[in-house]
Amino acid sequence: MTGVLGIYNYWIYVILMMIGLYGVIAKPNLIKQAIALGLFQTGIFLYYISMAVIDGGTAPVWTTVQDGAQKFQGPYDNPLPHVLILTAIVVSVSVLAVALALIINIKRRYGTIEADEIEAMDIADRLAEFHAGAAADAVDEAAAEGHGLEHAHGGHHHG
Amino acid sequence: MVDVQAHLPVLIVTVPLIGGILTIATGRGWKPWAWATFLTGTVFYFTIRLMMQVLASKTGMVSYELGNWPRQWGIEYRVDALNAFILLIVGGVGFITTIYAKLSVEKEIPADRVNFFYAVWVLAITGLLGITVTGDAFNVYVLLEISSLTVYALIAMGKDMHRGALTASLRYLILGSVGASFILLGIGYLMMITGTLNMQDMHDRLMSVPGILESRTVLVAFAFLLAGLGMKMAMFPLHMWLPRAYTYAPSAVSALLAATATKVGVYMAFRFLFTIFGVGFSFGMMPSGLVLLLCASAGILVTGVTAIRQTNLKRMLAYSSVGQLGYIVLGFALANLHGIAGSVAHIFNHAVMKGGMFMALGAVVYRTGRCDIRSVRGLGKQMPLTLAAFTVGGLGLIGFPLTAGFISKWYLVQGCLERPGGWPLAAVVLIGSLLAVVYTWRVVEAAYFQEPDPGTPPVEEAPLMMLIPMWTLIGASIYFGINATFTGHIALTAARSLLGGAP
Repeated sequence: MTGVLGIYNYWIYVILMMIGLYGVIAKPNLIKQAIALGLFQTGIFLYYISMAVIDGGTAPVWTTVQDGAQKFQGPYDNPLPHVLILTAIVVSVSVLAVALALIINIKRRYGTIEADEIEAMDIADRLAEFHAGAAADAVDEAAAEGHGLEHAHGGHHHG
Repeated sequence: MVDVQAHLPVLIVTVPLIGGILTIATGRGWKPWAWATFLTGTVFYFTIRLMMQVLASKTGMVSYELGNWPRQWGIEYRVDALNAFILLIVGGVGFITTIYAKLSVEKEIPADRVNFFYAVWVLAITGLLGITVTGDAFNVYVLLEISSLTVYALIAMGKDMHRGALTASLRYLILGSVGASFILLGIGYLMMITGTLNMQDMHDRLMSVPGILESRTVLVAFAFLLAGLGMKMAMFPLHMWLPRAYTYAPSAVSALLAATATKVGVYMAFRFLFTIFGVGFSFGMMPSGLVLLLCASAGILVTGVTAIRQTNLKRMLAYSSVGQLGYIVLGFALANLHGIAGSVAHIFNHAVMKGGMFMALGAVVYRTGRCDIRSVRGLGKQMPLTLAAFTVGGLGLIGFPLTAGFISKWYLVQGCLERPGGWPLAAVVLIGSLLAVVYTWRVVEAAYFQEPDPGTPPVEEAPLMMLIPMWTLIGASIYFGINATFTGHIALTAARSLLGGAP
């Protein structure tokens, strides 16, 4: 295969990345967003690995020939992108771990992992804060130091 | 005995990297804080020594090859006036915020997680320092992810104050990772065409090979890098993660992030746009100058108006930060000497002013438990020093004479007027300052001219442990507003070297 189709690795990398990007933007489920982010990054790994390849290249390792002597048998693929991507894989796994830890905590505090429902609750939180502020002008001392303040902050306030 | 002077560039990263992880083992109570203060203090000392070394060197820069590997194969740490200055900011503000963090963290973070908090805290500072010190493009990505991951964790630690911290952190994580991936891709394309990861070698090859700058690979690299950097430095239309993150993060974290994180993002933009691609490509062949100027101007105006409408003061300062970042982007997008000098100077000035203001708000949260506009009513009498710090910081944001903000805005306006047809940009800078007057005045009015809400218990002045770091930063903004010789010299030196292409 030659020409544009011959570099099909790059087509796959772009397709993987775009699927990932679509998932990150369009999926409301946070776990799916995390998976999509992983896919997005995997596409980039493929890109780096693909750029290391040269025609007829092999792995850059010592090979033992018949008489017991060791020697290089080139040409070799560029090992540097492989090394870089090992690091990037570690990074990607860490990102996924932090994302999942956050999602677990979000599930505990919001009771859902659907982004649109969480967004609605966040807006409700902010509105409650705003109304609590507006109400504070009108309410008397009892409401400010007792039940009213606790309630207004959704019970999450640790003053 | 190890020769510290010769190894300064690498010690700046390795000391807090190893020490930061050890923080977990320091137990509970005050010990993690003391250890973190020791580490950041040491790093601050290193950054001062490095600055002196750079200023004293004949070439104007210090190069350090890790493990003695020549720079073609290994990682080179390369420090010139620009990144020595940014290192000094990150090191200094990191140290001062760590001192400040003690009381604020005791109040906002559960006691059994304080050691983890400081571990992540020190690692975040490590990442930011590492991005700044390195001269290797891939190393930038790795350290960027170290700082990003730790910052996500730091923001999420505000979850015991408000559950919004979790969603703010996750949103930043997703946008930040996409941004960092774009940067990774951009670096990949650059490596593909230049065959090197060293920034200086990349630049040399891009300049020396004829026709290479027209190649599609370079264009793709440039586009990915610009988008990724825009996201990381919260440039106006890509800033959506920032206001929430700063609002819900613990107070000390907001102060640290506002002062350092986006600044390091801007530094990366300097390195990629000026040092690697060169000013001729980034702002001559590409229309990026125009794009950045438009984004920055829109950012200054839109976030200024948005900031005025906020009732939560941390959110107000967060929007203001995006706007102030607009000034910084505006400055370097002008791509002339005074514009870039204003941009570099504003990185420092905004770091001390906004850091100090977030510290003042943190003190308000410490005493009252809240930070909305109503909670500061009448506080001018009860917490005079805290609110005075906030007010002086606000004057700096406005660009009032005798504050540091005036110096950088002076350079910026000068840069705008030097550009042919640049007077509308100068107008934007001035209108942005007027917007800053409005949102600062709202707080001043509430604090000094209104009575406290009936029923709110009276509060005391913030403790000294908070006041001293707060006033150190605010004091620096006044000092460098009156005596701008040092910042002005560094900013102009850095601007000259950026325009010359080589660091």
